[in-house]
Amino acid sequence: MSRKGSASLSTQKQKKKLGSEHLQRLIDQCKTVEERGLDPFMVNVDDLIAVVREYFPEWESIDEYSLDSEAVNRLASVIKLQSDWIKHRSTSLYTDPFLIEEKLRKLSREKLATLFLHTWHPIIELEQISPHSLNEAIKYWQSLLPLNERWTKTGAQKTELGSTTRNDLVAQKIIAEQAFTEELETFWHELTQRVGENTKILYWDFIGADTYEETSKRAYMTSFLVTYGYATLEIHRLEEEIFIIPFSKPHSLTAKKQMISIPVEVNYEEWKQWKNSKHA
Amino acid sequence: MEKQQTRMTKKAQYQRKLKRATHLLFYKRHRRPGVKGWELRKRLGSDYPKVLGLLDTYLEKLDLKIKTVFETEKPTEKPTLEQLDRARFFITLRGSLTPKETKMSGWRIDDIAGLAMTIAFTISKKGKASRDEVENLLRDKLPGWRVDINLDRYIRAGYLSQDENQQLYLDWRTRAEIDEKALVDLLLAVEGEKKEKAQ
Repeated sequence: MSRKGSASLSTQKQKKKLGSEHLQRLIDQCKTVEERGLDPFMVNVDDLIAVVREYFPEWESIDEYSLDSEAVNRLASVIKLQSDWIKHRSTSLYTDPFLIEEKLRKLSREKLATLFLHTWHPIIELEQISPHSLNEAIKYWQSLLPLNERWTKTGAQKTELGSTTRNDLVAQKIIAEQAFTEELETFWHELTQRVGENTKILYWDFIGADTYEETSKRAYMTSFLVTYGYATLEIHRLEEEIFIIPFSKPHSLTAKKQMISIPVEVNYEEWKQWKNSKHA
Repeated sequence: MEKQQTRMTKKAQYQRKLKRATHLLFYKRHRRPGVKGWELRKRLGSDYPKVLGLLDTYLEKLDLKIKTVFETEKPTEKPTLEQLDRARFFITLRGSLTPKETKMSGWRIDDIAGLAMTIAFTISKKGKASRDEVENLLRDKLPGWRVDINLDRYIRAGYLSQDENQQLYLDWRTRAEIDEKALVDLLLAVEGEKKEKAQ
């Protein structure tokens, strides 16, 4: 007896599941017709109403009733679209869209424009200034300084002519000492020299310098070496070691492999630790 | 004598209302031009349809007319006061522009051709067409880079509106300015002429 009871319970559950799926499909179908402007008669309303009616006695929870009411709502929208479609067809405005499209494609721009001018009756409208904006304009005008006062304020100051050198500009950090690519290539040569006969060098051994500022700059340049394909990184996660491997020729990495970003922290504490271990 | 005096006062009253209606209709006071029926009723009184009728007769001499755009579809019978209250009234050109005069509107000939295509195509699609379809059609007549710009311009001017699904609809300015039926009829007639010539 209890086995029979549990069997009927599972059948009911299955029916409910099937019903929900059916309703969801129905909602999606109606939505597609509505949103994409498809022919509303693609939807067989009678069949869909039969589906809604079939599963209605099964619903118990609020969610199930909500789904049911959404399906009915969507069906009503499709029926409205069908009614609009019939109304439009019965009006004098109805013409086969394909026929109109064909004609529009055939006509020249000039002919189309001339034809349109016969049916175009533009609106006549006059722009006017409101008392409020007139008041604002007067306020603005009154707050303006006379031209001679404004000009003296923005006038250029007369100074003695002088000259500057490239070194002055470098010292003022207006221009870099070397072009960036030049600097990068010099850095790459340094890397290959430092690696020597070995194939790789420890990351910190390469970027580490006497000052923290210099170390940061070297880490910054190294990131460009890797990004532009002059070198690559080898990461030993368990040992927590990072090696830099220089290439003999720059590699073009784009589009061949999925590029990934590797964050490497270069903080002051770490730099201090590295420096102490180096001197020890 | 009394009757004549009453008639004179009424005439003066209507003349005042005519002037007020002219100011209301010609000057743009909101973002969109035109005046709602209920606004006219408030300013001119409940007999505003009569005032508009008189003004329309006067404007005919100037090749202008008062265009009524109903909220929904144009009623087949005489509109009720309620429908008129909800409608919007504009002053439009009664006749049409010549190609030379079009230059004054600031629209190029291909902008106008594009607008004609867009509106005619949307009418044939029951007033709703997907932007992709319209763009594809416009590419036939306009350079690719101008298609998008032109469509956005038509939307900004109020000829079309667009929803979040990239569907285009005919908007208020199309209903106010364009004789949709005449446009479709003219398009059909052009092909008729061609056929006749071919025969």
